[in-house]
Amino acid sequence: MIDFSILIDNLDTYLEGFKNTILASIIALIGSFIIGVIVAVMRISPIKPLNWIGSVYVEFIRNIPLLIITFFFYIGLPSIGVTLTGFVAGTIALAIYTASFIAEAIRAGIQAVPKGQMEAARSSGLTYLQAMWTIILPQAIKIVIPPIGNQFINLVKNSAILGMVAGLDLMYFGDLVSSHTFVTFDVYIFVALFYLVLTIPLSLGVGYLEKRLARSH
Amino acid sequence: MDIAGALSVDHLKFLADGFKVTLFIAFISIILSFIIGILLGTLRFAKIPFLSKVVAVIVETIRNMPLLLIIFFTFFALPEIGVKLSPTAAAISALTLFESAMLAEIVRSGLNSIDKGQIEAARSSGLTYIQTLRIVVMPQALRRMVPPIVSQFISLLKDTSLCVVIALPEFMHNAQIVYAQNVNYVIPIFVVVALMYFIVNYCLSLIARRLESKQA
Amino acid sequence: MFKSKTTKIAGVLLLSASMLLSACGKDKETSGSAKNALEQIKANGKIVIGVKYDTRLFGLKNPSSGEVEGFDIDISKELAKDIVGDEKKVEFKEVTSKTRIPMLNNGDIDAIVATMTISEERKKEVDFSDVYFDAGQSLLVKKGSSIKGLEDLKKGTKVLAVKGSTSAINIREKAPETTVLEFENYTEAFTALKSGQGDALTTDDSILYGMVDQDANYELVGGTFTEEPYGIAVKKGNKELVDAINSALKKMKDNGKYDEIHKKWIKSN
Repeated sequence: MIDFSILIDNLDTYLEGFKNTILASIIALIGSFIIGVIVAVMRISPIKPLNWIGSVYVEFIRNIPLLIITFFFYIGLPSIGVTLTGFVAGTIALAIYTASFIAEAIRAGIQAVPKGQMEAARSSGLTYLQAMWTIILPQAIKIVIPPIGNQFINLVKNSAILGMVAGLDLMYFGDLVSSHTFVTFDVYIFVALFYLVLTIPLSLGVGYLEKRLARSH
Repeated sequence: MDIAGALSVDHLKFLADGFKVTLFIAFISIILSFIIGILLGTLRFAKIPFLSKVVAVIVETIRNMPLLLIIFFTFFALPEIGVKLSPTAAAISALTLFESAMLAEIVRSGLNSIDKGQIEAARSSGLTYIQTLRIVVMPQALRRMVPPIVSQFISLLKDTSLCVVIALPEFMHNAQIVYAQNVNYVIPIFVVVALMYFIVNYCLSLIARRLESKQA
Repeated sequence: MFKSKTTKIAGVLLLSASMLLSACGKDKETSGSAKNALEQIKANGKIVIGVKYDTRLFGLKNPSSGEVEGFDIDISKELAKDIVGDEKKVEFKEVTSKTRIPMLNNGDIDAIVATMTISEERKKEVDFSDVYFDAGQSLLVKKGSSIKGLEDLKKGTKVLAVKGSTSAINIREKAPETTVLEFENYTEAFTALKSGQGDALTTDDSILYGMVDQDANYELVGGTFTEEPYGIAVKKGNKELVDAINSALKKMKDNGKYDEIHKKWIKSN
């Protein structure tokens, strides 16, 4: 049987990690959403250089491992004079990494909005940015909620990367509990349960939204 | 920064050894998870009483856990219940387990996207359910699934880097050994590692786009 | 391939079963092989030893030559010479503080020669040889640091350590106010120290000397505050192999080979 005393004896440690995992996920989600919207708008903007920067960002970041980005912020940046804690470095890396996927989702969403709307909005006197902000983006966001939801689930799972840079998250503390108690199986099962408490409801929620949106089309 | 020192011929050779391991592990895991993913996805889609539910629970559980945890679990926890794997076997098992669950979901939604009328028409023309799936539904669904499946393979290749935690001598691990020698090597080595991943994955994504546009 | 697939499926079932039913039989079975480990090694004609690849002076993979080098490596070669009859009949596999016991129990390696402290906790999981090296835990800091010893590890200081090492546990007892950050291996921990992610790094002095050897901007402070006798670990219940290792160690010490290896790697201080 699973030994629940491991959980009870180390509950504070687990909860500390759980709290930091949630915190890192929320901060990184907000960060990645903001970067993602900016990059997506750049990618479809009519200005070539912006377009180019947006594309390079998306193509480069989503094709390299999150671990490299995380290590870059944690042990690469200090060699040019910037020192970040594991939590901060990991959260920034998560935001930057996830943003590349969110940007792609948003771009697809924007392009799903009929082109005529942009033209109509422009001809009624709105600037490109105004039209984008008030007409196109609100519709696009609705379309992209399910894919962004999926990215958020990935983000929560990927936040375990903080454990690799002493980021004080659930993975890190779970690992410490296991190396200090010499119990591995049970300790990891509880770590898994804590993650599932976060990700399963999110998955169900995204699934529900997907179904509802599919019906409304 | 010491670019020349970091990128000496010996170091590059050593990094190449690691990259070979990364590609090998990723290749085996891609093949295994492709087979298992299609199997699990189809089982879940087929709505077989009990079995489909069990598959759904397993797939959802695995899919919603961090891969890093699964890797740790496979190597450090399974021995406690008698399943003992070498770092290579543990890496392949953990990656395959996780990616199979991710692929199963892609396969299921791919199958779901096929018009139900086709299944009914095929059945009424005398095909069995299995035949219908194999001849009518699967080929169409697979074609639609190509882009998400390729991006999942790209993820898998990237995720191989997490196996550094079980001292698998892959790319990231060998990179660590090189940059551990001198702090001025860190950034040049990171750039090389990132570029190598980028080149391979970008090529994969180009192939995916090619396949996608061919269908359209 | 088939085998790994079945183990994988077994893994899924085991995992899900344990999660759903929260029931798992924990049979700490010892593999009951017919031959004992020593006979098996002799039959294979080689001994597989788990060593560190990231610990200068003890076990370090040299990326230029591709060879692993260090005190533990030379001791392992001597063991092979005595047990298998040829110092070349040894295969090295990399272990970290965290992976070494699973590697041993999984049957990947026959023995661990990897800066491993003999401790009561570990004796429950593995069998140890006699002590082959005496180390003690110490602190490594950047030269000129305000930290001169344990007493300076006050609230707000950060000490870096490695997961699964005894020093990570000890430092919490000896300096309860300091923040301890733990990493996967010494490479990461030392890179983190050099990157300014902590004020000191703690582990055995022997390993720290290797770091100083690599980067002279760092120094040991505060002397040693624990005793860390290193032992060679084998799977539990392998008395024959432990005896063979002990007799090899004794021979090395008697014929001066041990001192030679010691002098080659460890600076006298």
